[in-house]
Amino acid sequence: MSIIKLENVSKSFEGRKILEDINFSVEEGQSFLILGKSGAGKTVLLKHIIGLIKPDKGKIYIDGADITSLSRERLDKVRLKFGIVFQSSALFDFLTVKENVGFALYHHSDLNYEQIEREVAYALEMVGLGGTQNLYPYQLSGGMKKRVAIARAIIYRPKIIIYDEPTTGVDPISVDKIVSIIRDLHKRLSITTLIVTHDLAVGFSLAEMCVFISEGRVLFKGKKEDFYKLDDEKIKKFIHAGLFEFKSEVDR
Amino acid sequence: MIYRTGRFFRYFGRLAVFVQDTFSFLFFKRRSIHSITREVVSVGIESLFLVSLISFFVGIIIAFQTAYQLKRLSSEIYIASLVVLSLTRELGPVLSCLVIAARSGASITAGIGSMKISEQIDALEAFSVNPIDYLVVPKFIALVISCPILVIYADFLGVFGGYIVGMLKFSIPFSFYFKLTLEALTYKDILSGLIKSVFFASIIAFVSCFEGLRPHSSVEVAKAVTFSVVRSFILIIICDCILTAIFYFIFV
Repeated sequence: MSIIKLENVSKSFEGRKILEDINFSVEEGQSFLILGKSGAGKTVLLKHIIGLIKPDKGKIYIDGADITSLSRERLDKVRLKFGIVFQSSALFDFLTVKENVGFALYHHSDLNYEQIEREVAYALEMVGLGGTQNLYPYQLSGGMKKRVAIARAIIYRPKIIIYDEPTTGVDPISVDKIVSIIRDLHKRLSITTLIVTHDLAVGFSLAEMCVFISEGRVLFKGKKEDFYKLDDEKIKKFIHAGLFEFKSEVDR
Repeated sequence: MIYRTGRFFRYFGRLAVFVQDTFSFLFFKRRSIHSITREVVSVGIESLFLVSLISFFVGIIIAFQTAYQLKRLSSEIYIASLVVLSLTRELGPVLSCLVIAARSGASITAGIGSMKISEQIDALEAFSVNPIDYLVVPKFIALVISCPILVIYADFLGVFGGYIVGMLKFSIPFSFYFKLTLEALTYKDILSGLIKSVFFASIIAFVSCFEGLRPHSSVEVAKAVTFSVVRSFILIIICDCILTAIFYFIFV
């Protein structure tokens, strides 16, 4: 069964088309990749999926419910099915790591303080950051922030976890760590995983299926193996740039 | 001209919707004392020094200015009543709230603005927590509580500033100065000042939070801070004018 389904989703901002007739679906438990160069409309698409932006046209189904026509209260309930790791980590500056990670539990669960503390400690152990509970976000490195954001995303046991550019702006060692955490969490928790990235190597090391977006349109959807066989000029360019980036990193 | 008028009405339309949303959360939801206390302390402490400094010196200035006029009538003794009346009815609330708008209002706009551009507001929504409920309402309550307290404090300091002039220049004893002060003061004077401070606090809270939620980039955050202070100042002065006229007709 499709847990995420987009039908003819289109969006324009100030007359500029950002998304045009986007169609794809993600099956439950799948690891799915949304690929595209910077500015292709990936983050806007992601914000549509979590209901932060409404499409001008089309429908978005999450676990069978069309979120484009839901009331605010019902949309809030659907959103609890998601765990989201934002591109900038989006940790709340004024809260400690513990308060950040336990945020969803403080607001939406009946657990008491000690139980939440235990859950937070467990989630932080899963991302290799045990003992950082009392630090503030400004005391963490970029890679650590991403891992705290991952712990915050998984603590409420979501049905779907979304990673927006999970490795952007972090050093290569942290990239490896984050990639292995994402892979490990997908295996251990069997959560539907949606990864949005422009990084070909990272994306393909994590996902089974993918869509490639260019200028707001889907140019490819299918298995990652088939992606390399395509004859489209834009895709070839993207693959070439991705390989060049990968080679430069290896050379370095 | 038409475009500017349209923009003006659009701005106030959006602000009105924002105020309505804030009130809908204010009255229909219980909230923790802890978050409000934290905001009250933050707003109070942020503005305390400036409010103290300005009200004390304004008290001295009013005393000198009135003494200059009253000397011609050999009625310097009345500086006590003139200082306390001009402070409690007008200058205490207006000057204190302008200081709070410049200090705390600007800091609220900058804080919420930086949360907006670092996706923290999106993160709140993704966790099914309404940003108006979580961020705006506690700040509104905090300002409505702390502004009147700061205004009373400013009135006391201003009166004390006036006494310094009365004592040093005209050798008025402490007990006599305060007897004259209390004789001149009626509950209407205090009440009108406090009512004004509640209205001004609401203006600061709504404008600073509303402007904070608008930016999309760091450059826009800087602009939003300027807009927040300027618009709060303008609205406070307009509101003061209206309230003074209303109180004139009610209390005459």
